[in-house]
Amino acid sequence: MVHAISLAGVLCVLWLLLSGHFHEPLLLGPGVASVAAVVFIARRMDVVDREGHPIHLTWRALPYWPWLLWEIVKANIDVARVLVRRRMPTDISVINVKATQKSDVGQVVYANSITLTPGTVTIALDDNILTIHALTTSAAEGLNTGEMDRRVTAVEGSS
Amino acid sequence: MMALLVDVISWACIVVGAVFAVIGAVGILRLPDVFSRMHGAGIIDTLGAGLILVGLMFQAGFSLITVKLILIVVFVLYTSPTTTHALARAALNGGVNPLIERKEAGGDEPSEA
Repeated sequence: MVHAISLAGVLCVLWLLLSGHFHEPLLLGPGVASVAAVVFIARRMDVVDREGHPIHLTWRALPYWPWLLWEIVKANIDVARVLVRRRMPTDISVINVKATQKSDVGQVVYANSITLTPGTVTIALDDNILTIHALTTSAAEGLNTGEMDRRVTAVEGSS
Repeated sequence: MMALLVDVISWACIVVGAVFAVIGAVGILRLPDVFSRMHGAGIIDTLGAGLILVGLMFQAGFSLITVKLILIVVFVLYTSPTTTHALARAALNGGVNPLIERKEAGGDEPSEA
């Protein structure tokens, strides 16, 4: 129920921001109706739960985002530097990394964070072993330190 | 004066973003196989599109348009790794094996997926 209310709130805010109609009852009515319809359908599809709408991650994810964005910027510069060389100094490897997150959502956050960072792409996720395609040695080594894994586990928390 | 400063920042973001997009495109053309080409696409998804959108936010100022641009950035950041993963998975299932230039010294051999 908490998740349904939160989803309705998020959808209302999204509707208002995207439409820009703040005080026109003629338009707000159908807006509310469409939000209600979406929440109803989502509940019938059984996707409004801890996994489909993980509000318990919100607060702990806030410090993670800026850190991830900075990592993405650094990795972008590294990979761009490799790509503009005349002989590209690539060193392609495929490595396995263990994900220490307990929930599926946590592992997906970790896998997607790795893919989002240029130079590393998650090509498979089985049980809690991630198979990662790395473009350079430094990208693979950056992953082997496990710092990102630790931070994602911290986002997931003990809940 | 302020407007000029905002314009300069905005154009710096857009130009740098465009440069990253071109580098990513060149990477897609130059890299050897399907999986490594995804790294080039990753640059376009993140800093290429991201910086261009940030530059446009400076042009839009504090308005609903900026909110929409932020939403675009968020949706791109959520969907692009998902599509990349789907592509990689499809390639693996289709029998494409990644080209490997170096065997991991300490790590274990990746299991055949």
